[in-house]
Amino acid sequence: MSIDATSSREPPKGASALAFRSGSADDRATPSRHRERSATRGRKPRRLTIGRIGLYGFVAVAAAFFLLPAVVMVLTSLKTMPEIREGSIFALPESFDLTAWIKAWSSACTGLDCEGIRVGFWNSVVITVPSTIASIAAGAILGYALSFWRVKGADVLFAILLLGAFLPYQIFLYPMVRAFSMVGLYNTLACIVIVHVIFGLPIMTLIFRNFYAGLPVELFNAARVDGGGFFRIFWNVMLPMSTPILIVAAILQITNIWNDFILGLVFAGRENLPMTVQLNNVVNSTYGEREYNLNMAATILTAAVPLLVYFVSGRWFVRGIAAGAVKG
Amino acid sequence: MIAEATTHSTPRPGAGDHSGKARPGGAMAAGEDSSVSVRDLDIAFGAHKVIAGLDLEISPGEFLVLLGPSGCGKSTLLNAIAGLLDISDGEIWIDGKNVTWAEPKDRGIGMVFQSYALYPRMSVEKNLSFGLRIAGLPKSEIEARVKRVADLLQLDGLMRRRPSELSGGQRQRVAIGRALVRNVDVFLFDEPLSNLDAKLRNELRVEIKKLHQRLGNTMIYVTHDQVEAMTLADRIAVMRGGVIQQLGAPKDIYRRPVNRFVAGFIGSPGMNFFDGALRSGADGPAAELGDVRVPLSRYDFARPPKADGAVVFGIRPEHIGLGEVPEGHFACEGTVDLVEAMGADTIVWTSLAGAPLTIRTDGETEIRPGETIRFSFDPANACVFDTATDLRL
Ligand SMILES: Nc1ncnc2c1ncn2[C@@H]1O[C@H](COP(=O)(O)OP(=O)(O)OP(=O)(O)O)[C@@H](O)[C@H]1O
Ligand SMILES: [Mg+2]
Repeated sequence: MSIDATSSREPPKGASALAFRSGSADDRATPSRHRERSATRGRKPRRLTIGRIGLYGFVAVAAAFFLLPAVVMVLTSLKTMPEIREGSIFALPESFDLTAWIKAWSSACTGLDCEGIRVGFWNSVVITVPSTIASIAAGAILGYALSFWRVKGADVLFAILLLGAFLPYQIFLYPMVRAFSMVGLYNTLACIVIVHVIFGLPIMTLIFRNFYAGLPVELFNAARVDGGGFFRIFWNVMLPMSTPILIVAAILQITNIWNDFILGLVFAGRENLPMTVQLNNVVNSTYGEREYNLNMAATILTAAVPLLVYFVSGRWFVRGIAAGAVKG
Repeated sequence: MIAEATTHSTPRPGAGDHSGKARPGGAMAAGEDSSVSVRDLDIAFGAHKVIAGLDLEISPGEFLVLLGPSGCGKSTLLNAIAGLLDISDGEIWIDGKNVTWAEPKDRGIGMVFQSYALYPRMSVEKNLSFGLRIAGLPKSEIEARVKRVADLLQLDGLMRRRPSELSGGQRQRVAIGRALVRNVDVFLFDEPLSNLDAKLRNELRVEIKKLHQRLGNTMIYVTHDQVEAMTLADRIAVMRGGVIQQLGAPKDIYRRPVNRFVAGFIGSPGMNFFDGALRSGADGPAAELGDVRVPLSRYDFARPPKADGAVVFGIRPEHIGLGEVPEGHFACEGTVDLVEAMGADTIVWTSLAGAPLTIRTDGETEIRPGETIRFSFDPANACVFDTATDLRL
């Protein structure tokens, strides 16, 4: 299967992707005698060329560009306010002070309420879990139907769906607000979940369709001869083979939905505002002195979930994307 | 469709009428004693017609092989019989029922696919029982049937394994088992052995033959391997471009191919062909191949030959002998160009009337390239085709 095939294409552990790619070009150029030797002794250390120094320099700058703000955030969140006022932003905190974190989590003011952003955290969980599950389920079933059940007009339907994926969703906001108001769902949890499912559907359908299009049609035919119906074949034959693409879909949807701001702001209602909106309220609350340490802590807390998802499943993500891409 | 070329061994009333779409009521009776009956089948993918006006009658217990080059529509025909694709026109009857629009599971067929198509996340046992569980059979019945098939195909030790943990031959046996547990009368095999190495292919071919003798089911077997076709089939249907060129017993197809395509497709190495003309003389008709004249008084003409017509003369490498010339055989001399030793046989390349000629002889031969040899054949074993129509004369 393709998943196995892609895993063999993965760079060996410990080699950065960039170094690996330029390295394999070298390998092709060196005579096989050399390659044999390096195979028995491990990778030969390479000479530093100008190009290679430039490459590493660029990588280092890029890494710094993304890492420095994160470092500053962590450092600042651990400082007290007087320390922040007086010291440099790169200075290490005098004592590791967790008060800002505790306050951000449980007693920071988001507008009138002062219960911290934990409210937003739980709201986001309650929004993200059903939205992710429902949008993946819908996308998987639709993708399966489009690739195996030759419905009349399937290609047209798919094209329309793709168009939906590329239209900026701001233009849908107002019509959808009106529509949800009319059916009395506006500003409810159900409303925001439905919105996330609708906006997630095109991309979910696309990746599942491409994945299923790569599976042998004979497998589907065999299940048909065995008497499987639409859902039986999906559940018993296709879904068990879909683990890699399910993981990709889950990562995409969890991070997208967790990071969403505007849909949550417009559709969720005051009771269900997600963490991103609450964070904005914390940071922008106007009275008194700006509490940078608290803002930083709240921001890190908000970013923690997507970060965690990437760290835990990054490897799977790359593999699954590759599997999907090759199949497409 | 070459209507005259098709030798139906189960002739239907009105079989001559291949163009008529509407069939008189009387023709319905034709398939009654057939196991599978395909009538005037049309299949098109978009504008691309793959099968046009195909008729096929298969008797109960028959082993029918669909043979033909890649892309000729064998799988398409098989899938149509299985109900896996929509047909454009025509009817399909199985066991006396019109199943043209029936679901695959309701047609009473079991199918084995070229790529095995085992469910990768199920154990062998689950693979075998999947269809039975869907059908909602009682547990004891499922167990009994799975056990019977496992015994039959020697799958006992493998029941807990996943398909990825099996060898190619074992996978193929599981795939066959999955068709067998369905307890149906008709099996459809789509190139079941083509993914296996030569040795395993031979072994499984024998197993399939034995299985068929034991179970007595109707079998439709797709292959483009002519050894499989010749050894397994009761009848072979040779296809080209979605049309059945010839339908008949393996021996008939080998001895009396209806046209040049069938003659060239069956046999390895292939039949030798020579362009020439038909001449009538005092001693009867003869084929004139350049400066060589082969008398055809012993040849059994299928239709009265036109004198002086352009013909293609064909003779199989294994029908040409070396050495002593028997009575009535045609003899000629040639220089050996190449000798291919194949173990049991040797293929000798020489020429006749300026065109290359292969001769199949025993493996012990001492012939060397450059030698002049004398070879002979019985004109009764030859095949003469009309150049214009490619049909056998
Ligand atoms: N889904 C499809 N869409 C369009 N054309 C198709 C489709 N399936 C098959 N064809 C065409 O129909 C013709 C017959 O295909 P088929 O698979 O039946 O050939 P085959 O005889 O089984 O060949 P092989 O021995 O290679 O399996 C081919 O020309 C093929 O291109
Ligand atoms: Mg085929």
